[in-house]
Amino acid sequence: MTDAAAPVLPDALSEIREEFLALPERERLQLLLEFSRELPGLPERYESMPGLLERVEECQSPVRAFAEVDDDVVHFYATAPEEAPTTRGFASILAQGLSGLTTQQVLDVPDEFPLMIGLNRAVSPLRLNGMAGMLTRAKRQVREQLAA
Amino acid sequence: MPAPTDPTPRLAEYAHPERLVTTDWLAANLDTPGLVVVESDEDVLLYETGHIPGAVKIDWHTDLLQPVERDYLDGAGFAELLASRGISRDTTIVLYGDKNNWWAAYTAWVFTLFGHEDVRLLDGGRNLWVAEGRELTTDVPSPAPGVYPEVERDDTTFRAFKEDVLAHLGTGPLVDIRSPQEYTGERLHIPDYPEEGVLRGGHIPTARNVPWATAVAADGTYKPRTELEAIYREGGLGIQADDSVITYCRIGERSSHTWFALKYLLGIEDVRNYDGSWTEWGNAVRVPIAAGDEVGDVPAALAGSRAA
Repeated sequence: MTDAAAPVLPDALSEIREEFLALPERERLQLLLEFSRELPGLPERYESMPGLLERVEECQSPVRAFAEVDDDVVHFYATAPEEAPTTRGFASILAQGLSGLTTQQVLDVPDEFPLMIGLNRAVSPLRLNGMAGMLTRAKRQVREQLAA
Repeated sequence: MPAPTDPTPRLAEYAHPERLVTTDWLAANLDTPGLVVVESDEDVLLYETGHIPGAVKIDWHTDLLQPVERDYLDGAGFAELLASRGISRDTTIVLYGDKNNWWAAYTAWVFTLFGHEDVRLLDGGRNLWVAEGRELTTDVPSPAPGVYPEVERDDTTFRAFKEDVLAHLGTGPLVDIRSPQEYTGERLHIPDYPEEGVLRGGHIPTARNVPWATAVAADGTYKPRTELEAIYREGGLGIQADDSVITYCRIGERSSHTWFALKYLLGIEDVRNYDGSWTEWGNAVRVPIAAGDEVGDVPAALAGSRAA
C-alpha cells in the first residue's frame, strides 16, 4: 500500500495502522480492546523500581512506562490498571510497535502517529493525547540514555 | 411511569432520595420495566470489558459533545441518542461509571439540561458494583428504540457560562472542586502528560476549594447528609439554602459530582455548573484569577461597574 501523504513508519507501526484502518470505525474500539489485553507484563527488574511511576493526578489513569535502550535497540515497557483499558491499549500499541527498533527509528516515529490510526472519532483526540504523551516520553527516555 | 424510589433508609435523609439508588436496589431492579441503566466512563473502552447486565453506554466525548461548536448535542441530536439507547421521555435512567461516577454525574447533568425528569445515580458507581463482586457481562443489548421528543436544551438553570461567572463574583458562593495544588496554581500540568493546556494557574477570585472527594466515603458512596451539611453549609462553606451557587473544576466533570450533591442531596435550589471551568477561565482574556491559598477579592473594576 502506498500513501504519499503519510510519513514513513517502521514496519510494526505501519502494520498496526493498517489493521485499524481496515476496520469500520466502531469496530476499531474492539481492536484497541484486543491490544489492551495483549499488553505484556513488566519484566521483574522493573516491577519494584520506584521512580518509573509518573503519577497523573485526577482525571487520568496512572501509567508507568519506560523505553529501555540496550545496545542501540529499544524496548518499551508499560503498565496500567485493568480498569484503564484505553490506556493499556495505547501502551500495548507502543510496546508492540516500538520494541526492537533502533534508537534512531524510535526518534523518527512521527509525533502525530496516534492521530494516524483512525481512532480520532471513535476515541476522541483528547484521549489520543494520552498516547502522544507516552510516545513523547519514550523518545525523551531514549535521548536521555543516548546522552548518558 | 417512573420506577419506585429506592427505600433504603440511609437515602431517605437526603433532600431528594429519589435521585440515588444503592447497588442492592439496582441488582434487584434490573428487569424493572421503564428503567434503563446507562454507563458513562472516562475510559472509552471500559464498558466493553464488562458492564452491568442490560446497561447501555453513553460516552461524553463521542456521544454528548459536538466538537465543532464545543457544546452539547442539540435537541434533535439528544432525542436521537436517547431513543437509540431505548430511552423514552418517561424512562427512569440510572447512571453509573468509573472514577467515582465523575462522568456519570456529568452525563446526569447534561440530561438535566434537557429536562429529563427521572435521572438517578448509582451510589458508589462502577467501583462499588465491581468491589461487591456483582455480575458483569460483555453482552451489548440491542434495545427497541425509545420515543423521545426534541426538547430544547436549557442553558440557564443548571449551566453557567464565563459571563455568568463574572456576573456572579461577589454575589454568591463559588466552589472550586479541584485538588489544592490546582487551586493554588502550584500545579498547571505534569510533564509529557496530556492536558487541555492552560496558561495560568490559580482559581477564580472568591472561590472556595472543596475537592470533590470530600463529598464521598471510602467506598465511593456519598457521605451522610449531616456530614455533607458540615462541609458545605454551617461550619463549612456556609452556603445558605437560598444562595445561588456555581461549581467548577478543570473541565466540569468533577464539579458535576459536587453539583449533584448540593442540588439533590442537600436540596440547594439554585446550583449551576460552569462547564468551561478552569480550561476556559485560565486561558480567557481579561478575566481575573487569584493564586495561592487566599480566596481573592472581587476585582475593583467589576465591583465598581456593578455598583454604578
